[in-house]
This record gives sequence, C-alpha cells and structure tokens, in this order.
Amino acid sequence: MASRAQRMPAGLRLLSTIFIVIWLILAAFPFLWTLWGSFKVELDFFSIADWTNAITGKNTENTYGRPFTGAGYYGAWVTNEFWENVINTFIVCFFVVCTSLTIGTLGGYALSRSGFRYVFWLLILALIFRAMPPITLVAGYMLPFFEWNVWGILPTTIIVLVAINQPFTLWMLHSFFQNIPKELDESAKVDGCTQFQAFRHVIIPVMWPGVITTGLFSFLLAYNDFAVTAMLLSESNRTMVPQIAAFLGTTYTEGNVMFAVAAVVSATAPLFVLVMFFQRQIVSGLTAGAVKG
Amino acid sequence: MKHRTFFWFFLPTGLAMLLFIAMPIVSVVTQSMFAPHEAVLETVENCGPFGCQTETTVNQDATRALRDAEPLGRFVGLDIYFDRGHLAVAEVSELWSNSESFGGFFDRLGNLPFYRAMSFTLTYTFITVPLIIGFGLLIALAVNSLHRHLKGLVIFFSLLPMIVTPIIGALILFWMIDSRGIIGNLIVHLSGDPQLSLKASTPLMWISIIIYGIWHSAPFAFVVFYAGLQTLPKDQIEAAQIDGATRLQQIRYVVVPHLMPLVTFVSLIKLMDNFRVFEEIVGFNAQAHATSLSWIIYNDLGGETRQLSSAAATSVMTIIGVAILLSPVLVRTWRDFKGRAH
Repeated sequence: MASRAQRMPAGLRLLSTIFIVIWLILAAFPFLWTLWGSFKVELDFFSIADWTNAITGKNTENTYGRPFTGAGYYGAWVTNEFWENVINTFIVCFFVVCTSLTIGTLGGYALSRSGFRYVFWLLILALIFRAMPPITLVAGYMLPFFEWNVWGILPTTIIVLVAINQPFTLWMLHSFFQNIPKELDESAKVDGCTQFQAFRHVIIPVMWPGVITTGLFSFLLAYNDFAVTAMLLSESNRTMVPQIAAFLGTTYTEGNVMFAVAAVVSATAPLFVLVMFFQRQIVSGLTAGAVKG
Repeated sequence: MKHRTFFWFFLPTGLAMLLFIAMPIVSVVTQSMFAPHEAVLETVENCGPFGCQTETTVNQDATRALRDAEPLGRFVGLDIYFDRGHLAVAEVSELWSNSESFGGFFDRLGNLPFYRAMSFTLTYTFITVPLIIGFGLLIALAVNSLHRHLKGLVIFFSLLPMIVTPIIGALILFWMIDSRGIIGNLIVHLSGDPQLSLKASTPLMWISIIIYGIWHSAPFAFVVFYAGLQTLPKDQIEAAQIDGATRLQQIRYVVVPHLMPLVTFVSLIKLMDNFRVFEEIVGFNAQAHATSLSWIIYNDLGGETRQLSSAAATSVMTIIGVAILLSPVLVRTWRDFKGRAH
C-alpha cells in the first residue's frame, strides 16, 4: 500500500484517472463498436445520413424487423464457407505450437545447460533471425516449393511457421530453463541418469509454466501471421487472416462488406478468450525477455 | 553438457532454422542476381509470290524448355538492384543533374517506388517509436497509481490492441475512419468539409497509419514499463522525497533512469518490428498513398506474374536495412562478450 507521502494530490489523481479512462476507451471502443455493428446491415454500419443509425439499427429494423441480424455471420460462415478457414487456422496453430514447443524445448534446454562459447553465437544468430521480416524469406521459399510441388498445402506452411518461430521460442525457453537450478539435473546425472533421462524425469515435470507461456506466443504468431500464410497457401487451403484479406478484394464491389465485418469479429473472439484466461502468462512472457535485457 | 549431447538436443531446432531461415536467405540472395529468361525469338523468312518477308516470332517451345532447364533465369549480376524498380541509379543521377533545388529533387525522388517506400517506412518508424515509448510510459505510471483491484481489468483491456491480428486491427480502424464510419463522420463534421475523405489524402492516410501503429504497439511498451515499475526500489523514491524532490523530479531522476534498460529494449524491438510495416498498409488499403519495402515484396510476389527476382532484390535490401538497425546492439553485445572473456 502506498504510504501517506506517496499519495497523489487530488488534482493529479483526477488527471491520471481521466487519462486512464480515455486510454480504456481508445483501447476497447473500436472492438465494441465493430462487435455491435456486425449485427447490423451495411447501411447502418456505414451510415451517411445519421451516425446514430449504427447504434439503433434503423435500416436493419426496416429490412429484418429486428434491430439485430445475423445476416453477416450467415453470409460469411455458410455462404462463403468461412468455417473451412477457421478449421485450417486451428490445424495450423495446433501443429505449429506442438512442433515448435517440442523441438524448442530440447534446443532451449541444451542452450541453457551448455557453457561453451558457441552457445553465445547461436543465441546471437537466433536474435538476427528473429529480426528478419518473414516476408523477405518468402521470396526464397517460392521457387524451391514450386519445384518440389509442395506449394499451397498446410504442412509446408506449418513447417515454415515452426522455423520462423524457433528463434523467439529458443530465447524464451533458454531464459526459463536458466531459472531452473542446474543442481536438479546434475544430481540426477550423479545418480546415473543420462542427460536425456535427467531431462525427461527431472526437468519436464517442472518446466510447464515456462512452456505454456512460450506456447501462447507461438500460438499468437501462427494465428496472427499474414505474410507467410497469404503467400504460401493456395486458395482452397487459406487460413482465416488471408481469407479476410481476400474478402475485401471481392466484397467491396458486391456491397457485402458485412461478411468481412462478421469474419473479423469471429477471428477476434478467440483472442479475447485467450487474453481473459492467460493474461498473467502473457504479461510475464512479455516481460521475461525485457528483464533479461 | 558434452558437445555430443548438445548436438543431438539442438539438432531438430538447428535443422529447422538452417533449412527454413538460413537457406532461404542464401536462396534470396542468389535469386536476386538472376533475371527471368527473355522469350526466345526466331526470325523466319516467308517467301511468297510477292517476294520474301522476314518475321520475328516467339518460339514457345524453346522458351519453355529454356525456362524449365534453368528455373533461376539468366545471371545479371547486380543489374536488378540498380534498375528503376529498386535503387534506380540512372534515374537518380539524371534527377540530380536536372533539378535546380533540393526540394525539387526530393519531390521527384518520391516518384520512384523504392524511395517512396523508404520515405514512408522511415517516417513511420521514427515517428511511432518515440511516441509508443512516451505513451506507454504515461499509461504505466497512471495504471501503477490505481487501486490494485482495478489494475487487472485495465491491463486486460490494454492488451487487446496489441494482441489482435495486425491486419484485423487495421481493418477495424479503417472501417471507423471511412467517411461513412463513425470517426470519419466526426472528422467531416468537425472540419465542416463534406468532401473530406481520409482515404483520398496522402498526409491524412499517413497520419491514420501512424496513429494505428501507436495504438497497436503502445500496450507492449506499457506492459514492459509496468513490470519495470514493480521492481523500482522504494528506498530510492523515499530518499528523493526526503531530499525534497517534486513528483516530476522523482520521475525524471529516479523512475526514468531505472527504466532506461527497458526503454532501450522496447525501442530496439519496435524499431525492428515497425521497419517491416506492411499489414497495416494492406488493411488500410493505402498502397496509393503509402508503401513500404515489405509491401513491395508482397506486391511482387502476389500478382499474376510472380516477380521472384525483383522481390528477392527488395528482400536483400530489407535485410540490409534490418542489419543496419540492429548493428549498434550487435556491436555492444560483442564488446560485452569480449570484455567478459578477458
């Protein structure tokens, strides 16, 4: 609790509260607005005559008899088969998270337990790879993938996303493993375990908090990726994000922008749930890298 | 850990990075030095009753055979880097000798795609990063003074702009600033100009994208600084108070120096991330007003004719740009490392 001397003067307190309220509105209002608007018709969501239409849903009521309509969602999910993209996204995310955690845990553990000089260089190399914009690598994938005939399918994209994920995963898990005392696995080795047995029986049971946090960030990277999925997936295998981008190309002319609005809300919903349940892990993950510097 | 054990533990992740990050970089560099084959031309002489005519046609079979045999294309060295779509050396030197003033020179330089992209990328990066840090610090200080029951809720809502898919966040804002959307409507109302459209004006589009960039990244800075504030030693603040420091002085001389390493960390990460600005441009549909190097690559790769070589050359230049941004950190780490070794 703040001491009496730390307590703010009333004026400053008011100012700070106003600032927080303004920030909260800036942060949350666009999402609420779009969520609300996604149940309206286009004439209400984009209203030239009167902006209050978007709240009351006047035109929606004229068309459907109710101020809310699920027409946008129906059009996106059923008519445009957005559910296929949703399934693709979850396939990609699931396999990316599992694979990158498996190989990243092994690598991160090795980096944290080896004192040789090359560990430093490997970490620096990973940092450089982390800085590389994924889109620059895509130009390098295209030709070989066309030649081998593996362009456009989900497994290729999954492997590429896993690889792009690795530098970050390694850094994070490296710092988590460094916080697990070395004595744990060393005593297991003294008792006659091999390094892998020590890892399997001593480290794996205690590593889950770090692994879950890292997994969250792998998930976010795979879920939010646009550069790789847009370039490496064929039209029939698209995940949600490139599909939404593709909606825009066609729907602006058809006047069906509400499909895209509904799809955007559908794609944001899982992220909301994620933040709600894993807020603590996300915050600790963001700061883990920072504190290590 | 023995070298051997290390090798086996590190092999899967090392292999993944080697095959899908290191090799593509090599592949991109190679590709950027090869241009697509030109069509194979044939000259055929047709002799008819009215004399002979020579005709030049494209030999489709020969062209396809050549393209299949050498998919990379023909070696052109650094030509692609210097052509009009990239560094445009010839055009720039011509502009230089023809322009009377610097202003005119830079004006026309902005018509060349590479320089147009660079001007937006650099403006975007160097305007957003300081504002993200400043705004993030303000939010962190304000949230830190809140009652602890409220903190969790505020952090939840603050995380949303950061966690949302960049292109989706950009779309949500784009729909709001549409001249028929709520913010667009408000702006038209405030300015009193019914014709005003954010989409049609280059400066307004730049400002919109920059505001979006701050909205998207400020939460990251906020969370990092907020965590830093939790480790702020109480006795230092108390000592400053006893010495009679005002609240502003406490922040200036105690809090900010304590957070300085984190400021470096945030600015480094955000410099790297904002240099690759790209999804924002797609989401805002702003390519007529603002492009970036990443967007040029995306555009080259995406169209009907996939211009691999051109995209590869831009990629190499982007990588060089990132390397320049990253070099101070690398030099510093190298010095630390050498200092430790001795």
